[in-house]
Amino acid sequence: MEKDTLQQTLPLDDMLIGQYRQYKDLISKNDTPHVRQLRQNAFKKFEKERFPTSNDEQWRHTDVEALTGDSYINELQPPDSEKNIEEMFRCDVHNFDTESYSMLNGWHSGNGESLKTLPEGIVIGSIRAAMGAYPEIFEKHYGQIAESEGNGFIQINTAMMQDGVFIWVPDGVKSAKTLQIIKIINKEEQLFVQSRNLIVLGKNSELSLMHCDDSVDQHASLVNTVTEIFVDEAAHLEMYKLQNLNDQSALINSTFVRQLANSTIKTNTLTFNCGLIRNNIHVRLDGQGSHADVLGLYLMDKEQHIDNQIRIDHNVANCTSNELFKGILDEAASAVFNGYIYVARDAQKTNAYQNNNNILLTPTATINTMPFLEIYADDVKCSHGATVGQLDQEAMFYIRSRGISAANARLLLMYAFAADIINQISIEPLRQRIDDMVKKRLRGELSVCEKCVLHCGAPEKEYHFDIDLSQL
Amino acid sequence: MSISGVIKMGSQVDAIRLRITIFAALFKHDLNKFIMDENTNNNILEEVTKGEYKFGFFSDIETDYAPKGLTEDTIRFISAKKEEPEWMLEFRLKAFRHWLTLEEPEWAHLHHPPIDFQEIIYYASPRKKPQLESLDEVDPELLETFEKLGISLDEQKRLSGVAVDAVIDSVSVKTTFQDTLSKHGIIFCSFSEAVKNHPDLVKKYMGTVVPYTDNYYAALNSAVFSDGSFCFIPKGVRSPLELSTYFRINAANTGQFERTLIVAEEGGYVSYMEGCTAPMRDENQLHAAIVEIIAMDDAEVKYSTVQNWYPGNKEGKGGVYNFVTKRGLCKGNRSKISWTQVETGSSITWKYPSCVLLGDHSIGEFYSVAVTNNFQQADTGSKMIHLGKNTRSTIISKGISAGKSNNSYRGLVKIMPGALNARNFSQCDSLLLGDKCGAHTFPYIDTRNQSSIVEHEATTSKISEDQLFYCNQRGIDTEKAIGLIVNGYAKEVLNKLPMEFAVEAQKLLSITLEGSVG
Amino acid sequence: MLLNIKNLTVAIEGKEIIKNLNFQVNKGEVHAIMGPNGTGKSTLAAAITGREGYEITGGEIWFKDKNIVDMDADERANLGIFLSFQYPVEIPGVSMTNFMRTAINAQREYRNLPPMSAAEFLKQMEEKKKLVDIHSKLTNRSVNEGFSGGEKKKNEIFQMALLDPTLAILDETDSGLDIDALRTVANGVNALRSDENAFVIITHYQRLLEYIVPDFVHVMYDGKIVKSGNKNLALELEEKGYEWLKEHTLA
Repeated sequence: MEKDTLQQTLPLDDMLIGQYRQYKDLISKNDTPHVRQLRQNAFKKFEKERFPTSNDEQWRHTDVEALTGDSYINELQPPDSEKNIEEMFRCDVHNFDTESYSMLNGWHSGNGESLKTLPEGIVIGSIRAAMGAYPEIFEKHYGQIAESEGNGFIQINTAMMQDGVFIWVPDGVKSAKTLQIIKIINKEEQLFVQSRNLIVLGKNSELSLMHCDDSVDQHASLVNTVTEIFVDEAAHLEMYKLQNLNDQSALINSTFVRQLANSTIKTNTLTFNCGLIRNNIHVRLDGQGSHADVLGLYLMDKEQHIDNQIRIDHNVANCTSNELFKGILDEAASAVFNGYIYVARDAQKTNAYQNNNNILLTPTATINTMPFLEIYADDVKCSHGATVGQLDQEAMFYIRSRGISAANARLLLMYAFAADIINQISIEPLRQRIDDMVKKRLRGELSVCEKCVLHCGAPEKEYHFDIDLSQL
Repeated sequence: MSISGVIKMGSQVDAIRLRITIFAALFKHDLNKFIMDENTNNNILEEVTKGEYKFGFFSDIETDYAPKGLTEDTIRFISAKKEEPEWMLEFRLKAFRHWLTLEEPEWAHLHHPPIDFQEIIYYASPRKKPQLESLDEVDPELLETFEKLGISLDEQKRLSGVAVDAVIDSVSVKTTFQDTLSKHGIIFCSFSEAVKNHPDLVKKYMGTVVPYTDNYYAALNSAVFSDGSFCFIPKGVRSPLELSTYFRINAANTGQFERTLIVAEEGGYVSYMEGCTAPMRDENQLHAAIVEIIAMDDAEVKYSTVQNWYPGNKEGKGGVYNFVTKRGLCKGNRSKISWTQVETGSSITWKYPSCVLLGDHSIGEFYSVAVTNNFQQADTGSKMIHLGKNTRSTIISKGISAGKSNNSYRGLVKIMPGALNARNFSQCDSLLLGDKCGAHTFPYIDTRNQSSIVEHEATTSKISEDQLFYCNQRGIDTEKAIGLIVNGYAKEVLNKLPMEFAVEAQKLLSITLEGSVG
Repeated sequence: MLLNIKNLTVAIEGKEIIKNLNFQVNKGEVHAIMGPNGTGKSTLAAAITGREGYEITGGEIWFKDKNIVDMDADERANLGIFLSFQYPVEIPGVSMTNFMRTAINAQREYRNLPPMSAAEFLKQMEEKKKLVDIHSKLTNRSVNEGFSGGEKKKNEIFQMALLDPTLAILDETDSGLDIDALRTVANGVNALRSDENAFVIITHYQRLLEYIVPDFVHVMYDGKIVKSGNKNLALELEEKGYEWLKEHTLA
């Protein structure tokens, strides 16, 4: 498609509306009637509501108006890339064998088929291809879990969805390897990238997933990702999100999870770098005996901004959830945390725990934390806590009294603070690698990698603090 | 303590809305904890058997009304009736014009039908009466009102050590304690009197803590406030008496808009208590008050409230809509403002007593017990704004929900960049009695300073079966056991109340929860 | 007869714990109930005192000539049944003084007596404190909050002394007590023994029975009383262990 001037000048919402009207047929080319209907409904809503502004309570602390008022390129056809992404971003973390799936600028990329079945039976591929190949599964779950009410980002994603990842784990199937989704942004122009993912776990299935959002250059982009995850009875999902984009990038990431009886999930959102990032994670516990661990770590500096909106709905009895987000904010970084635990009437025997801890390293870093509880059942155990502070001065002194420099003592304490989250990563090689990344990040040595977030191409380098722990 | 009942009459008498101000002198009672427990407990047991809202009577007193509805003319009418100076009228009009530009806030976790502000009577006052010389000349209806409220004006019935001086709006019943107060240079009078007699002080401080632009209900109050209390503690004076105000809404369709201003100069200290009741009515009544407190260097103000407006009946019909803006400014270094509240009444409570900690080393405290039963809704909490260095704040909130009620804690802790080494600790606990109620917690923490420490904790729980059985096994029935356990749960806050209030508050907790056990 | 339990069957969540049990206590008697863990001793105490969740699926419990099976726990307590808890419950914010005064006056109200005066109550408290050597500072604290294990058990006996029950059930009051505390507790109980009241002592060990000498010893096994005797039965049991009992029962 020719770049039209429309894309270069108008504010994002106007541009998208124009684009939708003009290229509706192209956008809907592969649609089933169901998807087409969803598009139309979502578009109508978006036309009316547009993108949220700081007047919306949910977006009060995150300025997206500056972003959405800007102009972008939104590609309606796959990029014509000669680069072999699969090759470029091949992940070879020692001892960590993954099954990878790559996307460039929001589109399926690589030489492989757009939809494949792994030996154990898991289907992974482009959502465009899945629409036609697995219409039953697709229609049953697509657009069912994502809440678009009052959220223009979800609406426009549904209206103009082009590509994304589809994963189907049939009943009883367990993933042999961790699936790794690599999303790369690489473009000269200022890009608006949307991707839409649908992940369906059948009964008694298991999936281990790593989701990497990266940029490989210093160009600006706005990424709007929507992921719907359905976890059927007694299924187990483990999901790691690694976010490492450049300072010019903005990422709006919305993940919706619906869990049925006795299912368990563990999500870990690790944010290392990004200009502006908004994570909406909404977990609905719709089946008794289900459990969700929703964890996160954010290490921000410069003028970066992170906004984590984490909502867990206990809709039925006998479910448990554990929410822990920790952040270290350096320089003029700002963070927002809004945890929301909702316990429905009669969701008795709920056990929900929510905590947000923050360390501010400079006088210019700021944090807004709002740990909310809304409870309509009495036989529940719910607690939440939030702390904001600095590094423990007594601990600092203790460490320094053992001959350790102030800078190293600081690093050590920051690392100890982050370790609560890192230690929850149950894939050992990944845990080690993240551990290294955190250490690097805390030392200010982690750059936006030329390759994937796991910087596999970089020469293997052991990271360690110059501290003899035995001295302590 | 002897009391001479000299009664003076002011310019207006207001009977639709009785405002009764009580100066209560609480001497260091030599009552040990046990005696207090004992009194409380007997009262609880006695009261629990009665149960219904006991202040729901209506006093039939001759009254002048302003025309229903709210326009600039209403405001001019109020101001003229009160014989106010021009600057006061100007202030009201500015507030009114600003109010017109505002919309009712909707962010609270509260649901009620829209309020028709044109259906409310904004001013009503009892017919003028001649100046009274003694208690005997007080309208027997008024005396009876006091009796029913448990505030006996009869000397013989009074608790030893507590003297009562009541102001029924402008009908002032002065006691010898007025002399004691003025000897110390303390001014304590109705807001209207303050406007007349201390205009410089009122002009200097009114609206400096809660400007009329602050919020919808603050703007409304600033436009139409009828009366209230004014208290001024001069430099270095510790008030020897506890000051107390009782508020009462009496008539139908009438809003209650009082305004209180307390100023404590350098080193001053005062403990101030506030209580409120209203008749039982099927329609909802609006109450929108403002309280402003200013504490200069080393000054301390303790403000205690037992809020017992009519909560509506068991089906949720009627009750007071209570929209209150209370804020204290710790202006001076080492100043301290402490809010303690026991909220048992009102069908809707919207209230966030706050502290602006401007002075270095200043301290803000908020202790709250909020109980909701039947269809009551409460959205209450505090705001602590840290501006000065080494400022400290504490928030302890105990919410108790029963019946089909909803009880929310909402609080803001804001640490500004200049508030070096600021410290906040907040604890917000919720207790649910039954599975049809809701308990919610909405804390907002905004920190812009790396040398400060902010901690927030919250838990939600119910009364354990083990605790109930333990009480039952000792012969205590379930209803009494719940009263006992709930009072224990709220103890940390109740202990902050002056003793007279604590007893009343404990009674109220049990009464409010009566019948909540299914 | 003070307490007469006839063919009692008790279930928890549908599972039968006590099966067709018979047990009688007269005024002036001290009964010890022994037996291994999980045989239903504490369940028996819960059934007598009316704890919720313990479903009486068969039989009767007669106390002072009333079948108390359908009575609430507080009414049974006011009739004169006291339980010394194995794990006394903490009630934050409620002072011991306030708690006991509420309990005593509930009992007096039940018996159509006027509330006890403050002076009389304080006098009673002082008197009974001495009985179990309980420190004044404990009675000013919240119920059982911050009490050590021994203090909690002493506090149970202190409450028993104040409430003066006709039937006191001591559920493993000796567990977690050192020898001095055990002696104090035993002395307290012995001082309260009279021809007008009775005690049921639930214990694993013979140790407590050296200090509180029982008139009867019963052995519970699998929800039934399988053997009854005098104090020598406790000694025999101590010597031979519960294994002996199992063989004995199965034989």
